[in-house]
Amino acid sequence: MTAVQGKSAPPRSAGMARGAAPIAAIVVAAAAALPLVLSSYQVGLATEVLIFGILAMSIDILGGFAGRTSLGHGAIFGVSTYVVVYATAQAGLPPAAAFAFGVLAATLIAAIFALLAVRTSGVYFLLLTLALGMIVWGICLRWTQVTGGENGMRGDVRPALLLTHSGFYWAVLAAATIVSYAMWRFVRSPFGLTLRGIRDSESRMRSLGYNVPLHLFIGFTVSGFFAGIAGALYAMFNNFVSPSTVALAQSVEGVLMMIAGGVGTLFGAFVGAAAIIALENLVSAYTERWQMVLGITFILIMVFAPEGMIGKLRVILAHKMR
Amino acid sequence: MDRRQFLKTTAAALATAGAGVAPWRAARAQTDPIKIGLLAPLTGVVASGGKEMVEGVQFYLDQVKNQIAGRKVELVIEDDASNPDTALQKARRLVEQANCHMLIGDLLANTGLAVTNYVKGTGTPYFIPIIAADDLTQRARIKNVIRIAGYSASEFTHPLGDWALKQGYKKIATISQDYTFGHEQCGGLAQVFTEGGGEIVQQFWHPLNTADFSPYLGQLADLKIDAIFAMETGADSTRFIQQYAGFGLKAQTPLLASMNATDQSVIRTLGEECEGLIAPAHFAEGSDNPVTQKFVRDYEAKYGKIPSLYGFSMYSGVMWVAAALEKMDGKVEDREAFIDTVLKTELDGSPLGKSVKLDAYGNPIYDVYIRKVVKRADGKFWNVPLTTYPNVSQFWRYDPEAYMKQPPYSRTYQGIKKT
Amino acid sequence: MSSFQLLNGLTFAALLFVVASGFTLIFGLLRIVNLAHGALYLFGGYVGYTIATQSGSFVLGGIGSMAAIAAIGFVLDQGLLRFVRGNELRQVLLTLGVAFVLKDLALVIWGGDSFTVPIPPMLRGGMRVFGVFYPTYRLFVLLTGLVVFAALWLLLNHTRLGALIRAGVDDAEMVEASGVNIRRVFLVTFLLGSALAGLGGLMGGAFLSLYPSADAEILVFSLAVVIIGGRGSLIGVGVGSLLVGFLNTLGQVMFPELAYFVIFGPMAVLLAFRPLGLFGRAT
Repeated sequence: MTAVQGKSAPPRSAGMARGAAPIAAIVVAAAAALPLVLSSYQVGLATEVLIFGILAMSIDILGGFAGRTSLGHGAIFGVSTYVVVYATAQAGLPPAAAFAFGVLAATLIAAIFALLAVRTSGVYFLLLTLALGMIVWGICLRWTQVTGGENGMRGDVRPALLLTHSGFYWAVLAAATIVSYAMWRFVRSPFGLTLRGIRDSESRMRSLGYNVPLHLFIGFTVSGFFAGIAGALYAMFNNFVSPSTVALAQSVEGVLMMIAGGVGTLFGAFVGAAAIIALENLVSAYTERWQMVLGITFILIMVFAPEGMIGKLRVILAHKMR
Repeated sequence: MDRRQFLKTTAAALATAGAGVAPWRAARAQTDPIKIGLLAPLTGVVASGGKEMVEGVQFYLDQVKNQIAGRKVELVIEDDASNPDTALQKARRLVEQANCHMLIGDLLANTGLAVTNYVKGTGTPYFIPIIAADDLTQRARIKNVIRIAGYSASEFTHPLGDWALKQGYKKIATISQDYTFGHEQCGGLAQVFTEGGGEIVQQFWHPLNTADFSPYLGQLADLKIDAIFAMETGADSTRFIQQYAGFGLKAQTPLLASMNATDQSVIRTLGEECEGLIAPAHFAEGSDNPVTQKFVRDYEAKYGKIPSLYGFSMYSGVMWVAAALEKMDGKVEDREAFIDTVLKTELDGSPLGKSVKLDAYGNPIYDVYIRKVVKRADGKFWNVPLTTYPNVSQFWRYDPEAYMKQPPYSRTYQGIKKT
Repeated sequence: MSSFQLLNGLTFAALLFVVASGFTLIFGLLRIVNLAHGALYLFGGYVGYTIATQSGSFVLGGIGSMAAIAAIGFVLDQGLLRFVRGNELRQVLLTLGVAFVLKDLALVIWGGDSFTVPIPPMLRGGMRVFGVFYPTYRLFVLLTGLVVFAALWLLLNHTRLGALIRAGVDDAEMVEASGVNIRRVFLVTFLLGSALAGLGGLMGGAFLSLYPSADAEILVFSLAVVIIGGRGSLIGVGVGSLLVGFLNTLGQVMFPELAYFVIFGPMAVLLAFRPLGLFGRAT
């Protein structure tokens, strides 16, 4: 788990491409070596860090690169989890098909959210995604025949090959590596640059002739696609889903992980996820007041380090370099 | 930004995260204690019940000076936050990281089901004194999940249905929280009541955490019924009872309630509005049984409040586990033997003042009291038994196999006899 | 709809109005979506409960809760929010953190049992209105909602402070440019908004009771009211409260399954197509 956060390659500057590939390879190799030194419980935690890191990264595509923070991505993530568990437990589909359906469902939901949300920004975007997320939660809670209501659904989702902690971890690591790379290429592509342009000045992009709503729509949907991948992996991890998987708290945690790592740093998402999960484990061993600690963390980050850990480190290092 | 900066960033990040690893390593120092993993909702909607669950366990362990069968007991407590995802995560932590020999606790049925799904795979003994989901000891039974000192949701409402018939009630309407626990309790009452000739006039289902019962109370007031059955827990119960009295319905129609609705955790903060309410349960804190009285007195002396079903059930649960372990010389590591012994153990000395044993499906058989809320000499309210139904199992008077052929109670199936 | 349901809808709307008016003042003028507003409500309810039960006076409980929550609001504004001024997103997330802290603190101080603020003796029981027997206390809540509306109306339309607030909602920079100490107006508004949340907590605590998730519930309702009614508009809050209050009551009776959609549906639709709500004005 300790090496996972090392994937904090600064993705913004195009110039570092040459040095990054070997570094990334070392980091991934180190991450792959973790199950050899950690207990199986800790490997499970590391797996969670990877899964939630992907979620936080998907939120960062919008939050960091398009300037729109969403409080609905937990719901998108959870929809994928629900569909995967349902497909396996009720429809008897094999893991690969279930996975595909889950991701598809999440992408669709994201598209619907996007259709409604592209015209808004800032706080209204936040509130709208919050409301949409709550609607999804309400559906999962009340549509008992399909979702199991508040009891949730159980399924033997994880493929037989990956039943061990380590085996599954390696599979998730592979997925996370591929997905991170894909997201990285996405935000550095011309499309990604357009998104950044929209973040910096929407009116200027409009006057330059860019179809802003369309770009935002695509960006949102793509981010939903990746959130869906995280959700499907989560279904395999837990073999269980319940309304709390789509609840607001899930979205909030995802946003917090993104911010803790650093908005717009993309790979900071893994750092943020590791930090939050480590903190939670640490705190719960000594006290029940995790909610309070979480709240204080939020406050401290907002006041002192809104650019997140990686962002803050960069600022400090930049000063030193002067 | 270049490679050097990148390396520095990585190193710094590693160091930051590395700080989190050390305490985990330290926690693994092992001695030879019996490790009990206690899961309870310490935050979230049912936080007050969760706290009492912990108190109940600690009350017992204090009394036996933290020793069972000559071995020290290590209690590891985790908060399930009233939420199944968290419950699952904590169960994993207790079993895989803290290496607990057994799990006990959880309050909400959905948390219990999530943990059950997990222990199905690991075989860890999981004791559920509070979780009442019927099927865990019926159709969906798993051997290592045992409901010691607990009850299945419909177990107490079966006799209540019978009692209602004996009171001469012909028409009842039910109002309940809309989830499995509610469906099962109402189903239990409805089946027995209608089989005896009664009629369930209408059933109201409301979401958990309904602040305002006025829409339902209005409709209930207009119905021609002999009694209302209300299945409520926690804050919903507090509000329901108050609003029922506040809207003048109390003077008009008698109220039969589920055990949770008139539990101490609710009536402690209520006034006159809870007086006279009827509910069925195995435990009545106002019972004149000397063992019960002593338990209540001691508990009240220690915690400053009359014990609720949460405290009582967990206390009895740990007592049951201890009794089983005594018989085995404390060899909790022998899982098979442990589970078998627990299933065969008959609990003497529980605060109920009578011995309790499990039926063939891992659920206890009780003498069920029909209780009434009365005011004590010092002004507090508690439940006093009116009449007793002896030896009630989760199947009431039905044959278990036949009973399990009917579908589990749900919103659509309430066991109502078709006329 | 029977008179019974009508009164139910109105009384719930009255409570929502008291709470949401505080929220919209802060949102309208300071542009802060104070996600801790629900926690302030709950905390105010608990404080009011403690004062009312210890002193035996409901009125004292009311004053106490308003004062206490205004104080917390002061700390929140001066002590925390000043670090994130101007950045809307950070403000929102900061208040979310504060909500978590307050909520857990309340759990530590008061525990998880649910409490009901004792109703003063003269407001107990019920009376016959429009042909139904209705609890007097709920009618009192309705009355209070109207009184608060009237008081806020007078404040906003007939006092200088009110004029400054209304001007600030429209264009805070201009007000500042005209030499007014806008910071002080902001602070007073924040205190007033918080006090209203505290008052709401005490009043709601008497007929809806106080328990650990009450904060999230009232916050969600307040959000819906303010989004639907429109940011910064008193009429908007009034109309929004009535709509949400009635939708909720009717929803519970007619479609208990869909309780959420009845509120979130309109809210989402409005946010998507008319974020300003029914009565909000663009700045």
